[in-house]
Amino acid sequence: MNPLIQGLATIILGVGGCIGYFYASNLLLDKVLYPAKGPNIASNIRRANIIRPWLFIFPALLVLTVYLAYPVVGSAYRSLFNRSGDEFIALGNYVALLESPEFRRSFLNNALWAIFVPVMSVTAGLIAAQLSDTLKWGNIAKSLIFMPMAISFVGASLIWKFVYAVDSDIGLINAVLAGLFGAGPIDVIQIPFWNNFFLMFILVWIQTGFAMVILSAALRGIPEETIEAAILDGANPFQIFFRIKMPQIFSTIVVVWTTITVASLKIFDIVYAMTGGNFGTEILPSYMMSFMFRDDGRATSVALVIMIIVLPVMISNIRQAQKELR
Amino acid sequence: MENIAGKKPALSWAKNVAMATMVLIWVIPTLGLLVSSFRDRDQISATGWWQAMLPVELTARARTGTEATPEGGLYRVEGVIFDDEEAQSYFSGTPGDISAFGIRGAEPTAYPAGTTADLGDGETLTVNADGSYVWITPEEPGNRGQRVYFAAESPPKLTLDNYRTVLSGDNMGRAFLNTLTVAIPATIIPILVAAFAAYSLAWMEFPIRGLLIAGIVGLLVVPIQLALVPVLNLHNEIGVGQSFVGIWLAHTGFGMPLAVYLLRNYMAGLPRDIIECARVDGATDFQIFTKIILPLSLPALASFAIFQFLWTWNDLLVAKVFLPSADEAKVMTVKIADDLLGSRGGDWGILAAAAFVSIAVPLGVFFSLQRFLVRGLLAGSVK
Repeated sequence: MNPLIQGLATIILGVGGCIGYFYASNLLLDKVLYPAKGPNIASNIRRANIIRPWLFIFPALLVLTVYLAYPVVGSAYRSLFNRSGDEFIALGNYVALLESPEFRRSFLNNALWAIFVPVMSVTAGLIAAQLSDTLKWGNIAKSLIFMPMAISFVGASLIWKFVYAVDSDIGLINAVLAGLFGAGPIDVIQIPFWNNFFLMFILVWIQTGFAMVILSAALRGIPEETIEAAILDGANPFQIFFRIKMPQIFSTIVVVWTTITVASLKIFDIVYAMTGGNFGTEILPSYMMSFMFRDDGRATSVALVIMIIVLPVMISNIRQAQKELR
Repeated sequence: MENIAGKKPALSWAKNVAMATMVLIWVIPTLGLLVSSFRDRDQISATGWWQAMLPVELTARARTGTEATPEGGLYRVEGVIFDDEEAQSYFSGTPGDISAFGIRGAEPTAYPAGTTADLGDGETLTVNADGSYVWITPEEPGNRGQRVYFAAESPPKLTLDNYRTVLSGDNMGRAFLNTLTVAIPATIIPILVAAFAAYSLAWMEFPIRGLLIAGIVGLLVVPIQLALVPVLNLHNEIGVGQSFVGIWLAHTGFGMPLAVYLLRNYMAGLPRDIIECARVDGATDFQIFTKIILPLSLPALASFAIFQFLWTWNDLLVAKVFLPSADEAKVMTVKIADDLLGSRGGDWGILAAAAFVSIAVPLGVFFSLQRFLVRGLLAGSVK
């Protein structure tokens, strides 16, 4: 069947199925199981209202369980078995990981990503937010800096591949080097160690807009009286920014920071498209993909390492959510 | 904020300059890609895209004519080199002056225009700046003229050829349809499922509600990498395998935490009075949801839909794992990353056009629906 027609059919089936399920299950509950009439009307209504939330939440819960909750357990279990999955090797995969220099390489690179990308994105985003809020053309500027958000990581990699190209008639960096300094072409993607930063910058380019939008909203939410009071007390602009504004948006900065950190631990596309993991640029997600379809045991153990790194963020998010609920 | 005292106007030019610099750094790479995608292949390798509006000096190949007039034991061939079809294929519009010419591909600019090249055995060739040439040869030319290489300025040439090549030749048109086929159901299906769940988490009382909300917040940051192997195995076991159905289900699952979280936050913020009035008037939960909550939540639904669309359209990882690796099932990101970057690695015009085909739709969505995107980000900045 043509995938496009299949897609249309799926939309109709999916949406229709959803509506049908919710409607029919409610009808069943109200008219057949516990009808709101007869001698037991009070207890019927009560029982129906106990069950109804579960009818509403059941499909979402099912999907979440199958696609996210079960895999956490499933991956952990699978990572204890060998390549073909028939032999239990306990922590064998993890031991192999620790002994592999490539794993250490990608772990360290990933740590670098998790530090550099949020630092740069939040700093650039804060500067952009602060600048654009006071300029007349600030909204246009914001829109343009925000734009890379819509571009795929593959697309962004390609865009920067042009900028980084060795040929000085294609790569801007080498054109500037040749034009201004007369320096020979360099392939920034192959400079040991520093090439990582050129890859990270692509993610910074994408994430800065995100940081800017959120921080800009936070900056606007600061009560003006606090700033006016500081000005009356003779604070200079830097003092206002670092002593008055920063502390008030600190919790937002933390949220943005952790979000970008988690993203930089999960992004596999940029390294995959730019270097394919060569030249010492491997990170954990791309390292994991090199085992995908070949050695499920090893792949799941790398995935679990990523999960363990993300775990503290997860726990703090859950705590935060519970605090807000109370 | 502009009316606040203590702002130094002297700083405002510095702010403008700083902002402009940043915007330029952010925009120029994309602009370069856009310009490159419209440039001719020869022009791309001759000058940078920032010179796209300037003429380019190109080296072209041609053959002279063969209509010779005998002249004292020698044969004389005259003509204009630009009349040759092969020469014309290099240039769009009127070519500029010829600066140099040559007779061997290794040295295409060995002789300046207007000079006479001695080809040995009394054979000579003169090519003038305006393209007229004189070829004198001791033997009568057969049906093949003399090979001539020359360098001339070509006016800027902007074409749609790259797009034509990409869409027709490289299966990119198919990949575009595949991306659309993946993205649209994967955007629409989770919305309703999530909306019902969000309503029950926001407005219905039941025992472990708080626990479920916390669990969903926790699932927000679970790396997708973790789900790949177990879910793919599961799909294989239940017969879904690597297919479009599989990727729709996978995207629905991976997008669900954000959807429920965003929608619940929004619905919980709706005024309690409306819902309680409706309850007093005898509306059932199902009616409250469809007649009150759903219409009021449209902005949040739109935000999530945009997120999910951008995410599914731009995704590489899920498509690589859950779609078959056959060429006819590839989406654009996979096509670019796996095929074009490898086989067309040096063909910058094609790469640029392919990239632009793939980012045009998200950019359109972005610029037309930016308002909803920002609102959604502010509501659920955790993922």
